[in-house]
Amino acid sequence: MSTVQLFRTGDTPLPDVIILTHKLTREYDMGSELVRALRGVSVQIQKNEYVAVMGPSGSGKSTLMNLIGCLDTPTSGEYWLNGQKVSDLADDELARIRNKEIGFVFQTFNLLPRADALHNVELPLIYAGMSARSRRDRAAHALQRVGLGDRMDHRPNELSGGQRQRVAIARALVNEPSILLADEPTGNLDSTTGLEIMALFRELHDSGQTVVMVTHEQDIAAHAARVITLRDGVVATDQARAA
Amino acid sequence: MPFFEAFRLAIQTIRAQKLKSGFSLLGVFIGVASLIAAWSIANGVNRYMTEKFAQTLYGVNTFQLRRRPMFTPNVPDSVWRAWARRPRIRFSDAEAISEGLTVPVMTAWQSSDQVTVSYGNKEARDIELTTASERYFDIKNLGIAMGRPFTGEENRSGAPVAVLGDAVAKRLFVDRTPLGKSVRIGGVPYRVIGVVEHQGSILGFPLDRFVVVPALSPAQNLVNPPGILDAFLVKARSDPEMREAMSQAEGIMRGRRHLRPKQDNNFVLDTSEGVQRFWAGISRILVTVIPGIVVVSLVIGGIVIMNIMLMAVAERTREIGLRKSLGARRRDVLRQFLAESTAIATVGAAIGIFAGIGLTILINKISPLPASVSPASVVLGVIMGAGVGVVAGVYPASRAAKLDPITALRQE
Ligand SMILES: Nc1ncnc2c1ncn2[C@@H]1O[C@H](COP(=O)(O)OP(=O)(O)OP(=O)(O)O)[C@@H](O)[C@H]1O
Ligand SMILES: [Mg+2]
Repeated sequence: MSTVQLFRTGDTPLPDVIILTHKLTREYDMGSELVRALRGVSVQIQKNEYVAVMGPSGSGKSTLMNLIGCLDTPTSGEYWLNGQKVSDLADDELARIRNKEIGFVFQTFNLLPRADALHNVELPLIYAGMSARSRRDRAAHALQRVGLGDRMDHRPNELSGGQRQRVAIARALVNEPSILLADEPTGNLDSTTGLEIMALFRELHDSGQTVVMVTHEQDIAAHAARVITLRDGVVATDQARAA
Repeated sequence: MPFFEAFRLAIQTIRAQKLKSGFSLLGVFIGVASLIAAWSIANGVNRYMTEKFAQTLYGVNTFQLRRRPMFTPNVPDSVWRAWARRPRIRFSDAEAISEGLTVPVMTAWQSSDQVTVSYGNKEARDIELTTASERYFDIKNLGIAMGRPFTGEENRSGAPVAVLGDAVAKRLFVDRTPLGKSVRIGGVPYRVIGVVEHQGSILGFPLDRFVVVPALSPAQNLVNPPGILDAFLVKARSDPEMREAMSQAEGIMRGRRHLRPKQDNNFVLDTSEGVQRFWAGISRILVTVIPGIVVVSLVIGGIVIMNIMLMAVAERTREIGLRKSLGARRRDVLRQFLAESTAIATVGAAIGIFAGIGLTILINKISPLPASVSPASVVLGVIMGAGVGVVAGVYPASRAAKLDPITALRQE
């Protein structure tokens, strides 16, 4: 890991820093009580890093990932993505960022049940405004890349769990995002399939993809080069592993 | 996302969600069909009343001298009593007007009452006996189907000849010819010389249950005291000439009744205007109330559709969240749902038009209501039905599209 900037409010991140959060908080007003899921998380992630986020259940891992993925809005604090202050952006700009910069892999796959694999992978390209023909080519290519070249016309219920997650990964990658985010991508898979998915992530990382992944499991986290541990909504440890 | 894309997507979703799409389609369909049908009934009744009903009762460019108006809706008792105290119209009044008018007109005497007409042992009850002069047929535009009307000579001489309404002829003679046969009208023997063409009905009231005999024939005693008639009918060639004749007749009658300038007429010169004015009142109610009812039912229908859509959207909120997480903007989601509900509403409206027109034709056939499709109702039906369908489809989606993707994705 290279030099870490001592970031203060009003600063701009260094060019290589792809993700920077500064005192990021997220609170849920549950009426009777205020749930403080994140209580000031400051992390910096650079290009081509492979980061695992760990921590006990309820520590705020998913909350952080959703904020990084622009699926949710922080209560306070700053979030910079690729030199752009995302926490200030309007809805349409956020949509563009989700579309172009972020590939998100969910634990539960989140595929459209009635659409075949190809159409599922095509979705981000539709919102990128790409023509039908190039969309199909790109989507087919992405499916081949995750090893599903022969399953393009299968619907999710005609695929195994591992295959579904591969479709979801192909969909996350199809727009060539700056970061691949994954919230417990192997959580719904058996350990063998999980390892296959981890091998795929490794491959992607080796080819230059920045990856941030939430996991519960130590041996899954072992695939990453850096582990950030959350506890009660704050960063507890942030360690690089020996490669 | 280009609109074509949204439309293709819409077709896919409609196919995939047949039940929900079916319900929404049904909502739009019922809205459009009921609006067209209700409007068509109002429209048809209205046209019928202004064009046909008034003319059947009065005839074109015709006024009637009467003691009181023929068509008297909602008249208080005091007015009725005042009318009953008025002097009646006499033969001599009619003769004086006939002589006094300088405008070319056609005139007829007329008195009516309910009687029983019999032939052998067959009877037709509650038949309207009209004692009239010979031009009555022309003024009322009653065509003769069989035989002939009576002549002026027969009228003046009081010949016991009768012209039957279609229903009376059918009742007494079935399919044999009535011509030349002797019937008894209120017990008085008459010879049948003609049958009037089938007149049909007005708002369910049959128009063929009558018999017409000469005004001075024996049965006149069944209808009115000697020398008295119910109405003196005057038909002019045009509306201005009718008005001129009316004012002349008014002057003549006021003179005969010795009315001072300040005194009101104690007779009426009745035209179809009264009916038409009364009808205009009803039709104004119809024209405001029926669309009102339809609008209310459409709104209720719309709320139902909207609730179905809201439920469907709750199901599809995850889909909306997913699409947003993949980069769909709010307007992409809206466009998708707009295309979807537009497609549904269009199909629903199209079927609704056919059903509405079909319903109108059916109502026309099986009920006395003379429904007639108005193009305005079709246009309005489509705009409203489809509008409601589209709004009901898009509004819930727009709510879901405002959520953060993760909130939408988490919805169960
Ligand atoms: N939508 C929400 N409404 C209210 N509270 C929430 C919501 N989402 C998360 N929380 C709360 O925020 C805290 C952090 O949740 P989060 O999902 O980030 O935990 P996590 O670390 O991902 O846990 P797990 O390992 O079980 O997935 C928890 O206390 C949780 O109850
Ligand atoms: Mg979680």
